[in-house]
Amino acid sequence: MNAPVPGALTSSLLYLDGVSVSFDGFKAIRGLSLTIAPGEMRAIIGPNGAGKTTMMDIITGKTKPDLGTVMFAGTVDLTRLDEAAIANLGIGRKFQKPTVFDFHSIEDNILLALKSKRTVGRTLFWKTESAQQKRIDEILGIVKLADRRDRLAGSLSHGQKQWLEIGMLLAQDPKLLLVDEPAAGMTDGETAQTAVLLKEIAQDHSVIVVEHDMGFIRELGVKVTVLHEGSVLAEGPLDQVSANERVVEVYLGR
Amino acid sequence: MSFFYRLLHLGVILVALVAASVASFAQNADEAFRRLAADSYSDTTRAVEILVASAHPNAGLMVEALGDGRLLAGPGGVVVKTAAGGLVDARTGQTLAAAPEGLKAVRLNNSVRRAVQAALGGLSLLNPDPGKRAAAAEAVFKSRDAGLLPIVETAIGKESDPRALAALRQAQAAILVAKPDAQPLDRLAAIDVLRERGDQEALATLRALSGEATPALRDAQAKAISAIEGRLRLWDIAQNLWYGLSLGSVLLLAAIGLAITFGVMGVINMAHGEMVMLGAYTTFVVQEAIRANAPWLFDWSLAIALPAAFIVSGAVGIAIERGVIRFLYGRPLETLLATWGISLILQQTVRTAFGPTNREVGAPAFMSGAFDLGGLAITYNRLWIIVFTALVFLALLAILKLTPMGLQMRAVTQNRRMASAMGIRTGRIDALTFGLGSGVAGLAGVALSQIDNVSPNLGQSYIIDSFMVVVFGGVGNLWGTLVGAMTLGVANKLLEPYAGAVLGKIALLVCIILFIQKRPRGLFALKGRAVEA
Amino acid sequence: MIARFFLQNMDRRGGIFLAIVLALALLVPLSNLLMPAGSAFHVPTSTMSLWGKYLCYALLAISLDLVWGYCGILSLGHGAFFALGGYAMGMYLMRQIGSRGVYGNPVLPDFMVFLNWQELPWYWYGFSSFPFAMLMVLAVPGLLAFIFGWFAFRSRVTGVYLSIITQALTYALLLAFFRNDMGFGGNNGLTDFKDILGFEVQAQGTRAALFSMTCVMLAAGFLIARGIVVSKLGKVVIAIRDAESRIRFLGYRVDRFKLFVFTVSACMAGIAGALYVPQVGIINPSEFAPANSIETVIWVAVGGRGTLVGAALGAVVVNWAKTVFTSGFMAPYWLFALGGLFVVVTLFLPKGILGTAEALWARRRRPASAPAAEPAPAE
Repeated sequence: MNAPVPGALTSSLLYLDGVSVSFDGFKAIRGLSLTIAPGEMRAIIGPNGAGKTTMMDIITGKTKPDLGTVMFAGTVDLTRLDEAAIANLGIGRKFQKPTVFDFHSIEDNILLALKSKRTVGRTLFWKTESAQQKRIDEILGIVKLADRRDRLAGSLSHGQKQWLEIGMLLAQDPKLLLVDEPAAGMTDGETAQTAVLLKEIAQDHSVIVVEHDMGFIRELGVKVTVLHEGSVLAEGPLDQVSANERVVEVYLGR
Repeated sequence: MSFFYRLLHLGVILVALVAASVASFAQNADEAFRRLAADSYSDTTRAVEILVASAHPNAGLMVEALGDGRLLAGPGGVVVKTAAGGLVDARTGQTLAAAPEGLKAVRLNNSVRRAVQAALGGLSLLNPDPGKRAAAAEAVFKSRDAGLLPIVETAIGKESDPRALAALRQAQAAILVAKPDAQPLDRLAAIDVLRERGDQEALATLRALSGEATPALRDAQAKAISAIEGRLRLWDIAQNLWYGLSLGSVLLLAAIGLAITFGVMGVINMAHGEMVMLGAYTTFVVQEAIRANAPWLFDWSLAIALPAAFIVSGAVGIAIERGVIRFLYGRPLETLLATWGISLILQQTVRTAFGPTNREVGAPAFMSGAFDLGGLAITYNRLWIIVFTALVFLALLAILKLTPMGLQMRAVTQNRRMASAMGIRTGRIDALTFGLGSGVAGLAGVALSQIDNVSPNLGQSYIIDSFMVVVFGGVGNLWGTLVGAMTLGVANKLLEPYAGAVLGKIALLVCIILFIQKRPRGLFALKGRAVEA
Repeated sequence: MIARFFLQNMDRRGGIFLAIVLALALLVPLSNLLMPAGSAFHVPTSTMSLWGKYLCYALLAISLDLVWGYCGILSLGHGAFFALGGYAMGMYLMRQIGSRGVYGNPVLPDFMVFLNWQELPWYWYGFSSFPFAMLMVLAVPGLLAFIFGWFAFRSRVTGVYLSIITQALTYALLLAFFRNDMGFGGNNGLTDFKDILGFEVQAQGTRAALFSMTCVMLAAGFLIARGIVVSKLGKVVIAIRDAESRIRFLGYRVDRFKLFVFTVSACMAGIAGALYVPQVGIINPSEFAPANSIETVIWVAVGGRGTLVGAALGAVVVNWAKTVFTSGFMAPYWLFALGGLFVVVTLFLPKGILGTAEALWARRRRPASAPAAEPAPAE
């Protein structure tokens, strides 16, 4: 997975160059460029309105950029694909507000996310094979929901929903995970556990984490990109970035 | 000097000619009486023509009686039975005590009736009232009866009223064009007169050009016909545009309240049509009260009904919002179902109170009648509805943009929690907004009572169209609703001549269904940052 | 595998429903045909036909519940699919009249002779064959739903917008079928049927057979719908209802899943219409009226959406009440009752009769270990 694809334009897993998008004249993203290497974990920070969520919308096909290049695995132009196609390429997304399927059991939530053919015919005559069942059990164990597997997802607490959603991402087994504020609304203990979980995941997946919680990012200990007004302000290890004058000015505060 | 002398000379000759012809016709009156007694349709027809030409003093009386089957004839003479039942000798005009023996009513067939119609027209050409003369000339124009040419020309000579004169000249032209043996030069001039007139009838008359025609005549005819056709086509389009505007304003009126409740509040009010219906019934009640208590106020009944309808529909709207809809915010599909139920209840309530049949809502004087504007026929009620719609639209715009209530409404629409945090009582604004939308529907009901049947089903016939307008125009934008309504109205009326009313409507519905696929948020929807569903 | 598809995880509710419907299929016709007219166990033919009609409505309600209760698509045009199935059956029945019509024309139905038509329009070809007509009962509503859904779901028309355009669809069809030139009998529709498969439509035996067939198709429709909703596809569809964009980011093509259930549902509605027509003896354009489609929605809401059994129950209960109401001195008040039903159910019984009853039952059975937080009802 980490080897560059032959004939690819770039060796990076995700490659954004000169991306711009505006809504009714408001430039949400302007000339954004970003690359993620295979297997890399990257944290993205930035003040409200910096374009973090819009960037994720562009990568996952929810929003089409006005300008710019978005390439996945060096060969696939993501701007031409819709959400489902992009998801099937191996890009998973966790939303800022945890979004699970309230009326399904926790196990069914994982089942729906489990990597498999997503056609109408296959799902109509689906039969869970034992290997798949094993994988579901494994994921339920990882996100610590195994004992609640038959409960409706709607009955979970906020933090548990976040975890369930991370579990769903794992089940999807994507090449790249986009994780939007995984620690939001969590207790300190939960936050720490989430960081551990994400680090585990990052061992064999590329991950982009958007987060406000600086403590959480320090815990992850990865390269940080700072967004401001729709473009990259600074990039590098957290210590270096937090020493940057401009970053301090627009985001961190003195 | 010599010119004046010649003119005088010509005049003398003309007068002499007319006098001579009158004298010769007077002699012929006898023949007319003879032919009437002959009891044959062709003789009767001829007798009518002779009578008119003869200018016999009783000609009018006789022709009229003939048309009504009150003319008796036989060897013993000709007698007119008056409408009151008395008997009058047709030749002398004296009243008779009893009819002579052997008289029978003169029988009519269609050709006799046509002759009678034409003759009555010809006789009225000399009526003292200029309006009647013009009308008579118009009748002659349509009949193109060559037998009337002399009397038309006589009348032209005497005519002083310009309108009647123009009508007479057109009648003369029509006869000349249809008359094969008329002078080619006269016919050429006649074609010009018809071209000038330029309507459907002129076209029909031109097409009836008959007899040996010179190439110049044929050419003039063809040119005149194409000129008139071109002009008529334009007027036709203009007329359809007018109908389209008129329909568009009705749609706008019906939909604009919905644009507020659906567009601004996001509430699907399936009972919106019933608010319109309540407005129409309020008009009915107001008119009944005026008829019973103050008939002199009748011309003001609509003006009185407007605030009443606004209050009735608005109050019902507020009651619905407070009683049902406010518990369903954020659940649009359930709002749809609940308001549908309310619409059934309102319909049945009105049906119980007023009966299931149509109720008669009268039109004040200023709403009835029509006038012609060039080739357009414009009825006053449609005109006033367009004006009224424009006023309602502007008033709503002003309320939303300029008043504190409008400001609060827009605030609640855009960010309910923020508005609430700033001290706006959102519940009250919701109720008032809904009341405003419903009240406007009530106003629409007053206007629609003038052009549609006032029945409990009135609202049903508008609800789907109204939704189409709002959805097509784009939600949350009054201008979009305006453009949507006018587009649909005009498109509907322009399609009608080609596809027929029903097919045209179906085509339009299909177009809108396809359009919504293309632009799910309508014509004027705002493009915003993608919001998580 | 087929049995597994239909019967997997069969619950008690579904089992009872199936047992009742299949028992009706057997017992009602037997009692109608074999018991003497005076007997307490005799079901009169008129009652049987009336209940046959209710059960057709129940099938229609199940088809609507499949798209609304499970997929969140509130179709206000399901009456159109029902009516199209009915017209396909009606066309077959018209062709069976042969030369027994008022004008005695062996090929043309009476209304075409009356309109002075010289030959059968092309779209009437083949309807003299029962298998072809049955194929059309499925194909016409299915195809319309497929084409409509193809456009609507691909361009992501959802929620009330979709409801409004489905309503416009049935309204356009209503206007179209009122036209004489469409060749479907205009205002009067299709009626005066004589035979079905060689049996007299009015005969007691035929009616009993139609009733049985309706029960069997209702059971089959229920099994198919249930098979769909308990499958993984059903889980996807429910997920679409609750969080459409989320399931899209999991890689499911939402439009295809919606299209599948919408089309299946339309076919099911078509079958219901086809069974309805010979039992009531007429099909006319008023079946396309938007009000009919909305009434179907309220049957589902009353019974309990997203339960299938509840939808069928709601259809029977509401229509039975309608018959009782409108045949007595209460007739003028029926619309009050129906209107009130819409309001009361949406305000106070969002889960319908069945959903509410089951919630009560569940609470009584295990009052201590009730689920902590019921998720809010989804739209």
